Amino acid sequence: MSIKDRVIAIIAEQAVLDPSDVSLDNTLDDLGIDSLGLVESIFAIEEEFDITVPFNANEPSESDFDISSVSTIIAGIERLVKDQS
Amino acid sequence: MKRVVITGAGTINALGATVPQTLEAMREGRCGISELEFRDVERLSIRIGGQVRNYDPETRFNRQQLAPFDRFTQFTMIAAREAIAQAGLSFSGELAARAGVILGNSGGGMTTLDENYRSVYEDGKNRVHPFVVPKLMNNAAASHLSMEFNLKGPSFTVSTACASSNHAMAQAFQMVHGGITPVMVTGGSESMLCFGGVKAWEGLRVMSRDACRPFSANRNGMVQGEGAAIFVFEEYQHARKRGAEILAEVAGFAMTSDASDIVMPSKQGAARAMLGALKDARVNRDEVGYINAHGTGTAANDKTESAAVADVFGAHSDRLMISSTKSMHAHLIGGTGAVELLACIMALRDGIIAPTIGYEEPDPECALDVVPNVAREARVDVALSNAFAFGGLNAVLALRRFG
Repeated sequence: MSIKDRVIAIIAEQAVLDPSDVSLDNTLDDLGIDSLGLVESIFAIEEEFDITVPFNANEPSESDFDISSVSTIIAGIERLVKDQS
Repeated sequence: MKRVVITGAGTINALGATVPQTLEAMREGRCGISELEFRDVERLSIRIGGQVRNYDPETRFNRQQLAPFDRFTQFTMIAAREAIAQAGLSFSGELAARAGVILGNSGGGMTTLDENYRSVYEDGKNRVHPFVVPKLMNNAAASHLSMEFNLKGPSFTVSTACASSNHAMAQAFQMVHGGITPVMVTGGSESMLCFGGVKAWEGLRVMSRDACRPFSANRNGMVQGEGAAIFVFEEYQHARKRGAEILAEVAGFAMTSDASDIVMPSKQGAARAMLGALKDARVNRDEVGYINAHGTGTAANDKTESAAVADVFGAHSDRLMISSTKSMHAHLIGGTGAVELLACIMALRDGIIAPTIGYEEPDPECALDVVPNVAREARVDVALSNAFAFGGLNAVLALRRFG
């Protein structure tokens, strides 16, 4: 499975949706994922890829990691996997 | 109903090993937050905290006493000795039979737990010290305090996360107020600054890596602290008859539950708790001069708390002062309300308002007088102390200047 599909699978599980119902331009809000759900998803992603995601819930927009949509999250994870491998 | 006054206070925390030292640090706006020092700290991404420094338990307790004392119990005993010495009480006969101790504590003996898990899981040992359970149990501190001072009345421990101390002190107030006992010893304690304790908080991603800056637009999270504060709550006539010095009057309290979310705070829950405390204390909102905020320095708490204050106090919210002393002593979790009560006593008795330090940028969502960076002199008649816990459990105390 590609990084993209693995991230979508994690997000879909958090949102209790089928992966086919998650589209790249969805925001987490669209998917009904709240702040605690986001922190849980990031934990699951870190475990899946064995990476560290720089994310502080107090300043989500300050982090290098862009959570504004499913596609920006995937792009961020792809970059982190490359940098931290 | 009986009037309840505070006749003794004691503490040890990152700002000082006594009440006078702590109040001096608060007056000077000193920061007790620094680099954490304990085993495996290099495996943490959060490495700052309000740790108690220059502390040698062997100078405070003998070896036999220390064996069953986790760090949170040690802090409790140190604070209690100072408070009860100041009150000038000794407990015997009828007074001993009625007086008890109610403490707020969230983590219990977390250092003991951490050390012993490490020993059996990481080091593979199969034997632990016989006192592990009596050291780590949440009520250990309350029990040791009852034993040292011969308190034989109602004693227990309250655990409501960050509101533990306020819930405990509210309950102690009620026991004296209702005439169950003329004296209660109360307050709270916490010591979670160990690898496992900080690692658990790290997971939630709400901790700051550099500083606690409550209400400041550039705040980026909370910082954990440790320590204890203990008070003697006494029925007014009982205190007056023996000529005790009165630090402040406990006028009332309220407790509410958000019933909404396990971590996100609620403006309504906080507002109902503040309003309830005013009603219980029979004070008008325009009499409140100072609020010691919950003010954790997280994005969510500070804006929610500010909005709740604006809702409760209306136009008066522009005239009252509100500060978060967590910027100095950090967040003592279950013990925090107790240390913060000291700032309320200082405001009422000494007319000095402890500042919110680390304040760098105004936040339009926290547009209150947060006493930025420098302490201020002001006469205050009524002070509130806010505590809003994870799990949505809130407790607010109302204190009144005495005399």
